[in-house]
Amino acid sequence: MVNTKVNLSGLVLDNPVIPASGTFGFGYEFAELYDINILGSFSFKGTTKDPRFGNPTPRIAECYSGMINSVGLQNPGVDKVISEELPKLKKCFNKPVVANISGFSLDEYVYTCEKIDKEEQVGIIEVNISCPNVHGGGMSFGTSAESAADVTKAVKSVTTKPVYIKLSPNVTDIVSIAKACEEAGADGISMINTLMGMRIDLKTKKPVVANKSGGYSGPAIFPVAVSMVYKVYEAVNIPIIGMGGISTAENVIEMMLAGATAIEVGAANLIDPFACKKIIENLPVAMAKYGINDLNDIIGGAH
Amino acid sequence: MKNVIYTITSNEKLTENVFKMVLSGDTSAVTASGQFINIQLAGHYLRRPISIFDCNDNELSIIYKVVGVGTEQMSKMKAGEQLDCLVGLGNGFDLSVSGDKPVVIGGGVGVPPMFYLAKKLIAEGKSVTAILGFNKADEIFCKEDFEAIGAKVIVATADGSVGVKGFVTDALKDVDYTYFYTCGPEPMLKAVYNNSSTSGQLSFEERMGCGFGACMGCSCKTKYGNKRICKDGPVLVKEEIIW
Ligand SMILES: Cc1cc2nc3c(=O)[nH]c(=O)nc-3n(C[C@H](O)[C@H](O)[C@H](O)COP(=O)(O)OP(=O)(O)OC[C@H]3O[C@@H](n4cnc5c(N)ncnc54)[C@H](O)[C@@H]3O)c2cc1C
Ligand SMILES: Cc1cc2nc3c(=O)[nH]c(=O)nc-3n(C[C@H](O)[C@H](O)[C@H](O)COP(=O)(O)O)c2cc1C
Ligand code: FES
Repeated sequence: MVNTKVNLSGLVLDNPVIPASGTFGFGYEFAELYDINILGSFSFKGTTKDPRFGNPTPRIAECYSGMINSVGLQNPGVDKVISEELPKLKKCFNKPVVANISGFSLDEYVYTCEKIDKEEQVGIIEVNISCPNVHGGGMSFGTSAESAADVTKAVKSVTTKPVYIKLSPNVTDIVSIAKACEEAGADGISMINTLMGMRIDLKTKKPVVANKSGGYSGPAIFPVAVSMVYKVYEAVNIPIIGMGGISTAENVIEMMLAGATAIEVGAANLIDPFACKKIIENLPVAMAKYGINDLNDIIGGAH
Repeated sequence: MKNVIYTITSNEKLTENVFKMVLSGDTSAVTASGQFINIQLAGHYLRRPISIFDCNDNELSIIYKVVGVGTEQMSKMKAGEQLDCLVGLGNGFDLSVSGDKPVVIGGGVGVPPMFYLAKKLIAEGKSVTAILGFNKADEIFCKEDFEAIGAKVIVATADGSVGVKGFVTDALKDVDYTYFYTCGPEPMLKAVYNNSSTSGQLSFEERMGCGFGACMGCSCKTKYGNKRICKDGPVLVKEEIIW
C-alpha cells in the first residue's frame, strides 16, 4: 500500500488533491456525480464581505490548452455563505474545507476572516490576494511584498486557523512576496492564481470577454506554476499548496517534486467534472510506476 | 447530468453551413426539451454547448451551424466516430403552463430545440403552431420535421423569398396562442418579448466555462435573482427577464 496522506499545518489530508477555488462552486454540482468525500479537501468559491455579481458577460474565452475567465469573484457574500452554502456543503462533504476569502480593503479581509474563522468545518483559510479580475481590488495587495504582508498580519490577528496566502503570478518577483508573507506569519502559501491574459475575436475585432482581460489557467500554465513553486520552495520553510494547470496524477507528482505539499485542481474540473476523481484514482498507479511509496518522500524532491 | 460517450450514426448537411448529427448511446440524463449537451472536441480546451433537437431512448440528435473552429471540426466527423458529451444540462422548458394552443418560435439555429419541445407538446394533445424564422429560402431547414409531427408551420424569411416576409414577430401577429416558447438570436428574443401578448419562456445563450453550474462563467441578472444560464437556464420566463 502506498501512502498518499499529507499534512498541511497539522491538517492531515487523505490525499493531496483539492479542487481549486472558483472551479468547484460549493460542491453540490459534483456531489451529484460522485462522492466528493474522496477529495483531500476542497477550496470553496472566493468569498467576500458583501455579495458580488461580478463582471459583465461574456466572462469566458477559450485559449490554447486553457481558458480565460473574468468572473470577478461572484459570490453571495460571507453572511449568506455561512447561513446557506456551508450547511448545504456539510451534507455532502464531511472533511475540513479550505475557505477561500478575498477583499478590497484590509477591513474587508478582516471582516470576512473573523466570520469564517468561527465555522467549525473550515480547516484552512486561503487568502486570495491575487485575483486579477477586479478593478482596483485583489491585484494591488498581491503585487507588493509590503501589502501582501499587511494582509497576512491583518488576517492572522483575527484567526487561530492556519492561514495560506494565495499568490499572484503577475509579479516581477514572486519569491520576495512569498518571503514577506512568511515573515508576516503566514502558515503556508497557495500558488499560483491565474495569469493575466486576453483573447481578441477576429470577427468583432474586440476582446472576447467583456472585462477585456481575464485570468488565464489550464494545462498551458502548468510549467509556469511548477517553476514558481520550485523557486518559492527554496526560499520559504512553510508548506506550499501548488496549482496551475494540474490535470493528471503525473502532474500532481511533478508539482510535489517542485515543492508542493498538496495541490489544487482548477480548470480541469470544468471540462471534465470527474477530473479530481480520476486523478485520485490514478495517483497510486502513477506512484507505483515511478517507484514512490510515500508522497511525503517526494515533496521538494527535485531540488 | 451524465458523461456519455456517443457513437455518431450520421452527420448530414442540411444547408450550406448547417448540419444534423445523430448520436447513439445513453440518453437517460435528458429530462426535458430545451436542455443541451456539452461536446468535447479533440484539440479544443472548452466543450461546445449544443441544444437537443430530438431524443429517444437510445438516440439523440443535434443541429448545428458552422461558425468557428469547433463546429467546423464537427462538420467533418464521420459515422462511427465517438463524441464525449456531458448530457442533460440546463433546466429546459416547462410544458405544464402552455395552455391548449402554444406557439413555438425559432430563429436560425434557435429552431432545433423547438422541435423536441413541439413534439412533446403535441404528444400531450396540444395544438402547436411553429413559427420558423430564417434569412432566405436556401437557409431553411427542419420545416418538414415540424409538419411531420402535426405542427402548424409558418415560415418567415427576412427577404420574403418564402412565407411571411419579415421577422418571426411579423408572423406572430396573426397567430392565436395561449403561451409562447422561443429560442434564437438575442435581438429576436427581445422582439418576441416586446411583441407577445401572453407569458412565455425564452432560451438564452452565453459563453460557458463548464456548462453545469460550477464556474459562474455564464451568470445573468434576473428579477428573481442572479442565475446561471447553464444551470438555472438556458430557459427563463418572460416575467423574470431584465434586458
Ligand atoms: C445553451 C446553448 C445551446 C446552443 N445550441 C445550439 C444549437 O442547437 N445549434 C447551434 O448551431 N449552436 C448552438 N449554440 C451555439 C454554439 O454553442 C456555438 O455556435 C459554438 O459553441 C461555436 O463553437 P465554434 O468552436 O465553432 O466557434 P468559436 O467561435 O471558434 O468558439 C470559440 C469559443 O466560444 C464559444 N462560443 C462561440 N459562439 C458561442 C455561442 N453563440 N454561444 C456560446 N458559446 C459560444 C465556443 O463554445 C468556444 O468556447 C448553443 C449555445 C448555447 C449556450
Ligand atoms: C472560473 C474560475 C474561477 C476562479 N475563481 C477563483 C476565486 O474565486 N478565488 C481564487 O482564489 N481563485 C480563483 N480561481 C483561480 C483558481 O483557483 C486557480 O488558482 C487557477 O485557475 C490555476 O489553476 P488551474 O490552472 O488548475 O485552473 C478561479 C479560476 C477559474 C478558472
Ligand atoms: S458555464 Fe460554468 S456556471 Fe455556467
